[in-house]
Amino acid sequence: MPPTAPVLEARSISKSFPGVRALDGVSLTVLPGRAHALIGENGAGKSTLIKILTGVYQLDEGTLLHRGEQVAFTEPRAAQSAGISTIYQELDLVPLQSAARNLYLGREPRTRIGLVDFKKMRRDARALLADYGIDADVDAPLASLGLGTQQMISVARAVALDANVVIMDEPTSSLEAREVETLFAIIERLKAAGVAIVYVSHRLDELYRVCEDVTVLRDGKMVHTGLMADLPRLQLVATMLGRELLEQTRRERAEGEGPDPDAEPVLDVRGISRRNLLHDVSFQVRPGEVVGLGGLLGAGRSETGMAVLGAQEIDSGEVVVAGRPVRRNSPAAAIEAGVAMLPEDRKLAGILPSMSIRDNIALAALPRLSRLGLVSDKRIDEIVAQFMKQLSIRATGPAQKVGTLSGGNQQKVMLARWLCLNPKVLILDEPTRGIDVGAKAEVRATIDELAAQGLAVVLVSSEAEELVDESDRIVVLKEGRVIDELTDDHVTERHLMQAIAGETDEAEQTPAADEQTPTPDEQTPAPDEQHEGGADDE
Amino acid sequence: MTTPLDQQPAPEVVVGAPGTSAAGPAARAAALLQRGGVAALAALLVLVILGSALWPSFHTMDNLRYTLLGNSYIGIVAIGMTLVIFTGGIDLSVGSVFALGGVVGVYMNNQYGPAVGIVATILACGLVGLVNGLLVGVAELPPFIVTLATLFGVRGLVYQLTDAGATTYSLAPDSFMAHLGTGTWMTIGIPVFIAIALYGAFHVLLERTPYGLTVQSIGGGESAAVLMGLPVRRTTISLYVVSAALAGFAGMLQAAQLVSASPIIASGYELQAIAAVVIGGTLLTGGSGSVVGTAAGVLLLGVINDYIVQLQLDSTWNNVVSGGFLVVVVVLQRVLNYRRR
Repeated sequence: MPPTAPVLEARSISKSFPGVRALDGVSLTVLPGRAHALIGENGAGKSTLIKILTGVYQLDEGTLLHRGEQVAFTEPRAAQSAGISTIYQELDLVPLQSAARNLYLGREPRTRIGLVDFKKMRRDARALLADYGIDADVDAPLASLGLGTQQMISVARAVALDANVVIMDEPTSSLEAREVETLFAIIERLKAAGVAIVYVSHRLDELYRVCEDVTVLRDGKMVHTGLMADLPRLQLVATMLGRELLEQTRRERAEGEGPDPDAEPVLDVRGISRRNLLHDVSFQVRPGEVVGLGGLLGAGRSETGMAVLGAQEIDSGEVVVAGRPVRRNSPAAAIEAGVAMLPEDRKLAGILPSMSIRDNIALAALPRLSRLGLVSDKRIDEIVAQFMKQLSIRATGPAQKVGTLSGGNQQKVMLARWLCLNPKVLILDEPTRGIDVGAKAEVRATIDELAAQGLAVVLVSSEAEELVDESDRIVVLKEGRVIDELTDDHVTERHLMQAIAGETDEAEQTPAADEQTPTPDEQTPAPDEQHEGGADDE
Repeated sequence: MTTPLDQQPAPEVVVGAPGTSAAGPAARAAALLQRGGVAALAALLVLVILGSALWPSFHTMDNLRYTLLGNSYIGIVAIGMTLVIFTGGIDLSVGSVFALGGVVGVYMNNQYGPAVGIVATILACGLVGLVNGLLVGVAELPPFIVTLATLFGVRGLVYQLTDAGATTYSLAPDSFMAHLGTGTWMTIGIPVFIAIALYGAFHVLLERTPYGLTVQSIGGGESAAVLMGLPVRRTTISLYVVSAALAGFAGMLQAAQLVSASPIIASGYELQAIAAVVIGGTLLTGGSGSVVGTAAGVLLLGVINDYIVQLQLDSTWNNVVSGGFLVVVVVLQRVLNYRRR
């Protein structure tokens, strides 16, 4: 540790929300003139910690020290006056107002009689943006500027506040490569001026380039803190995902189990792209195959799933289902073509907690069941009974309200709703998140069963162990690009972590402790190897 | 006005390539029409020219005097309403507070003289506004419900003060306060000049002061304003105080003009004021608008009223036409806003 005193220090901070312990005894020490990487997967507690540091939330337990003195920021204003400024992931600017006004809101230059001096404000704004190498029209309403430019203006506002700590939450998520360089130059300047940076990002390259210190959070707990240089990439990813042992491999497939390797793919995703989100993503799924989408948060996994459903707009590329291209950006067309998706957020999926299981399932099936606008109650009862049995939904009966079911059973009800439509492709986004261990196993068994019945399944999961266990193949995404595809023997946690960490070429450089690290050529399977795998199945 | 920092919908900004939202000529024109209430001013101009061409009695000094004076009270009320609506709020209590202002103003004037009368009016009505503001800004209750409650409560209070209308408070015709309402300068009523002065002052306040920019920011994105460290709560509270104080002051002025305070006056003023604000180009959802536009909106409704008179239609048509006009304006705003994206 360098001799300098920390500028901001969080000591054993805990914070609970109804039903969740978001932070559990987390500590963070931020040193001046250095950048501190704060990392963790979704739900790890990063956002909560940042909101406590910036006065948006109040802590339940623990202490917060700023320049050695205990502080309690009761609102964002208080944290800002203390010199802690924040660049939030979601833009925190006023869209209808000009860039200049946004830069100086709250500290406008005044004329002698106390009115706002717009001339000086515009002049200062131009000078400020030019100084930091940001190219933007200061008079244009913010909403008319590109997202990247808006983000850079947010950066300029934060650094112009004479801050001693600048917190950046995924600052590069909407930036172009050139803007990222501008941002890094700004960060270096701030560090040289003794400002401390708290840097949140999932882009490992950036973290290693910008940060000196690192703290890893997982499930609301601090699981690692130390120097960035002492934490190799693979270990960082493993720590973040909570899989230090990396022992999970693909579940053994029985003879004849698994997809028919000669079958035509039922889902063919061809080079779909979306500005700043997805870049030329392609993969295929055969009937009966489970293809996992791996990668860190923000890698484009959910976006890819949503794009296949047509719910995430794409600029180019196409989605082909059962040999027929699906009309772009239309969920209705995708559903018609046989695509079903269970989104990550169950509320988003349209679950109606106050309605019965029967009604929740029947809703989706109604159009198909109705004759002349009338629906036979008996027919509905049959279908509902069939799915409750098939998916082993545990309830007192079809009349039980969905809101009173366990998370796993709610998930099954949603699944039943989609299965009513006889889909060919099923996309599951974090199907087991937030449900207990027993229910997880059941949902997984259901996935296997559905695949065995010939459904093509796309599985998105943050749990490496689940992804490896369930998938026949894993498509690894990073920053919206397919960077690797794991097949056969390579469907293991270790290979997945290495692909995510981007260590394919650096395997030799990893510390000696990593004895099992395979040689680089093992990373990407040779074509004949794949062929052998196929031959075994026949 | 809740402050859900993490459940707020993303601001309605561009989600695509910058090209899709770059300000083209049409978008620029739309922005201009919206900004500063140019559309309302243009419509006002057209109606005035048309009316002058149609009826000789339209462009007379008498008609001008009558229209300006008749609309100066609702005009003052609409200033406060503009600020409140700008932040995405609403103040339904202004009609009742208007009546309260008349009663308090006249009573205190008769007891302690005009200075106390004016100050007491502003204090009493400002207090009602403070209640509104605290309930909205601190307790984070929806402004619609809060001000609906004070609408009823204050109207009831006014009836109490006047023994259900049995007691009338009249001004001596030669008192200072009566002169304030009935006096003229260059043949135009004093309240007209007061209204114009207030419009000027609040235009500068909204457009040229840090306070005004804060008001605009709250409307543009409340959670963003909080995160930027702006005094959102304090500003929100103050707006309701300003709105109520202006409404009470306007009520006192009208009572001065009528030389008596009536407890039943001004019911429905809140809706007229809202209509004028919206017609003047301020978005009901907040974030965009202007005081000047509201002035045009008030006068536009006044001129429409004049048209009804000139056409010798039954005065009951007034509300029908005003209502129809409001719908047209809101639809136009929607179209213009859509274009702007």
